[in-house]
Amino acid sequence: MTTRVGVVVFPGSNCEHDVAEALAGLGAEAELVWHADTDLGDVDAVVLPGGFAHGDYLRPGAIARFSPIMASVGAFAAAGGPVLGICNGFQVLTEAGLLPGALQKNQGSRFLCAPADLVVASAESALTSGTAVGDVLRLPINHFEGNYTCSAEVLAELRAEERVVLRYVDNPNGSVDDIAGVCSAERNVVGLMPHPERACDPLLGSDDGRRLLGSLLAWAAGRLPV
Amino acid sequence: MRFPVLVEVRLRPGIADPQGATIQRALPALGYEGVAEVRVGKAIRFSVEAADEAAARVQVDELCQRLLANPVIEDTAVTIG
Repeated sequence: MTTRVGVVVFPGSNCEHDVAEALAGLGAEAELVWHADTDLGDVDAVVLPGGFAHGDYLRPGAIARFSPIMASVGAFAAAGGPVLGICNGFQVLTEAGLLPGALQKNQGSRFLCAPADLVVASAESALTSGTAVGDVLRLPINHFEGNYTCSAEVLAELRAEERVVLRYVDNPNGSVDDIAGVCSAERNVVGLMPHPERACDPLLGSDDGRRLLGSLLAWAAGRLPV
Repeated sequence: MRFPVLVEVRLRPGIADPQGATIQRALPALGYEGVAEVRVGKAIRFSVEAADEAAARVQVDELCQRLLANPVIEDTAVTIG
């Protein structure tokens, strides 16, 4: 059966079609879900794509967490459904309290748009199950507020539970502990700043993103429907 | 009663403030030496309807926690009246 993925579209999202295209290339069916809808429908996984949800007004993700669809995303996550937040989607997940920490402005005050090498720090998550610890993946980053930060207590917890899933090889933005992506305690909710959907074809410089999105689909297929 | 409110949203101590650092670096170029500790925040003004000032403060503190600031990286200073 084809895996169905709900891709949430906020006003200001701009990566939803890239995500849909990348998922289609992996044999999945992506369905765009408008943020004002209240029901995700019958999906096996959810992606919050990159962009500038609600114009990033106030703070990135601050308004998006109140979009009507987010209650359904929260319920899906609580039921164990795989939820992936990419870039702005990661910011939304932290604001919504589905992932710990926050994304602050890049150290150095620069908008970053470059390929980044990432090392897999945990292969036990909905995003990294098809990789191995130590694998190096190349994905583009494209953000101004990607500097991951959290309290010392939260960082200790993330490390103890091996919930940092990806680290930058060469930290571009000042993120604490070189963190590029983290997962929830149940490992089904994952957020990362780099863009796997933009690295799904060798023509684009890397197809390492397929391993991550492929992991998400495999994770979704390997569990009972929510 | 309606109370005017000013909420200052500030980056918590220890949180990097690249905007503040950039402003601070620019000032000597204009001849302003000795300016330090520049921090950039937000000022949000609005008014609330409440029975009294204490009730207004309870409401404002709650909406600061829930929306206006992200407690991981920001704190707030509330002025009512």
